[in-house]
Amino acid sequence: MKGFILSFRSEFYKSRKTLGFWASIILPLFICTLIFIGFYVKAEKLAGMPPMMLWLQFAGATLGIMGSLLLPMYTIFIAYSVNSIEHKADTWKSIFGLPIARWSVYGAKYLYAAFLIFLCLALFVLFTIGFGNLLSVVKPSLRFDNYHIEKELAQVYFKLFLSSIGILSIQFLLSLIWSDFLKPMGIGFVCTIAGVILASKNWEYCYLFPYSHPMEAITTMMHRGESPVKGIQIDVFTKDVFVSLIVGTVIFIAGYFIVLRKSVK
Amino acid sequence: MVIRTEGLSFNFGNQQVVKNLSLNVPEGSIYGFLGPNGAGKTTTIKLLLNLLKIQHGSIHIFEQDIQTNRISILSQIGSLIEQPAIYHHLTGKENLINRALLLQVPMNRVDEMLALVQLTAAASKKAGQYSLGMKQRLGIALALLADPKLLILDEPTNGLDPNGIIEVRELLIKLVNQHNKTVFISSHLLAEVERMATHVGIINYGELLFQGSITELQALSQPMICIETNNTVDAANLLKRNSFNVIDVTDNYVYVPYTNKQQTADVNALLHNSGHAIYSIGKQQKDLERLFLDITQKA
Repeated sequence: MKGFILSFRSEFYKSRKTLGFWASIILPLFICTLIFIGFYVKAEKLAGMPPMMLWLQFAGATLGIMGSLLLPMYTIFIAYSVNSIEHKADTWKSIFGLPIARWSVYGAKYLYAAFLIFLCLALFVLFTIGFGNLLSVVKPSLRFDNYHIEKELAQVYFKLFLSSIGILSIQFLLSLIWSDFLKPMGIGFVCTIAGVILASKNWEYCYLFPYSHPMEAITTMMHRGESPVKGIQIDVFTKDVFVSLIVGTVIFIAGYFIVLRKSVK
Repeated sequence: MVIRTEGLSFNFGNQQVVKNLSLNVPEGSIYGFLGPNGAGKTTTIKLLLNLLKIQHGSIHIFEQDIQTNRISILSQIGSLIEQPAIYHHLTGKENLINRALLLQVPMNRVDEMLALVQLTAAASKKAGQYSLGMKQRLGIALALLADPKLLILDEPTNGLDPNGIIEVRELLIKLVNQHNKTVFISSHLLAEVERMATHVGIINYGELLFQGSITELQALSQPMICIETNNTVDAANLLKRNSFNVIDVTDNYVYVPYTNKQQTADVNALLHNSGHAIYSIGKQQKDLERLFLDITQKA
């Protein structure tokens, strides 16, 4: 366990000056700022909207692209980024030659990648709430402060995080095996496009395909109960999320054995 | 023995890269592991560090099996394999701090190591901007950081200028003599290792061709009488007719195996009396470089 914590700390130390780490902070900040500006400029048109609809519009602007493009591509990028540090520096041989259990090195790297995705999505929640409330201050005609969406938004983003685990495991393994950028990126991109097409066509088995999961997470998030419910109710644990977690875990474990068998070049 | 391998073999696909290798590296030695490029040196080193899985045979380091005591063995080894593994986006010092974090080494060791390899002035420069020699020195600093008992260095002087080579050599000699370390160093140049090694193993095509102390290696080298004369071919024929063994004939020299002083005088008298002009005659030891070539080419 100590080896794992040491490796995790080292991952942070190594990556804190890389784009991979900063992207997790800049991406949500950039997108939320853009939407903030959009709402600020179009404040007059939106003025009459009820607060709940306003929040749905505001948060929905990011969530729309999040499921279809942003989250899968960002996951692919992060999986590449944490592995490419070692490929570029030719340091696999030195980190696997350290007196630290190999599973610690492998597990810490994987968990660090997952942590970066979590951080990015958590910042999306934070910035969405923050900028929404800021809008109600700078444009009092937008009544963001009359409705609270914090819990639901956190649930949606947590669901998105869980839905990215399957893709992360696959891409993590691909990026670990191949040192170049194009192979894992190319495969990831093609699969993402396929995933979006399958999910948007409502193919009945698309919940089995990890690259469809972020989009599925968005389409299945609204609770569809028999009796009409008040406000918004989020379903976090839908079957696509379970499949994502199962695929993620299985490939994470399989990946470890592939790494063990694969000799360090 | 610090390192002891028995019947170590390794295949990449159908190609056998290491054949039945039995290394014996005594404590407190500088063991020069020599062989031409592609002889199997790096593969052997990767096996020693458990980076490659052992297919046949066994490896014992500090008398412990590497397969069952990986972590306790690796915690006593510092290594440098091929090009040093350095994060180019971090400074030299940050590279050392990162390793110190992983190995739980006190941070003051980082500055000590920088001073030891003379990188203190370049400590806050990005490692990507380092010259090849500086990278190699940083690699050595990384290997020494945890104060390991055994250093495994794969061609550590690659890319260093003569000054750098001398510095590394002196550093290694100091580590062995004053700090009681053991050094296992691979090289394709005997001349480089000859000046510091106490023991030598010579490998080619994955096979160990020689292993022993440097004096044992020198003893293998047969002394010769080297004769400089005006007509080397005639002189060689004359010597042969008089039942002397001729090893080699070049444009200027004839070589005959040395047995004793009297034999040198006899050769001299014979050639002189037959009208050959002798410009020089004397005993010569075959240098290790030639010996190394002989050993590796015979295989």
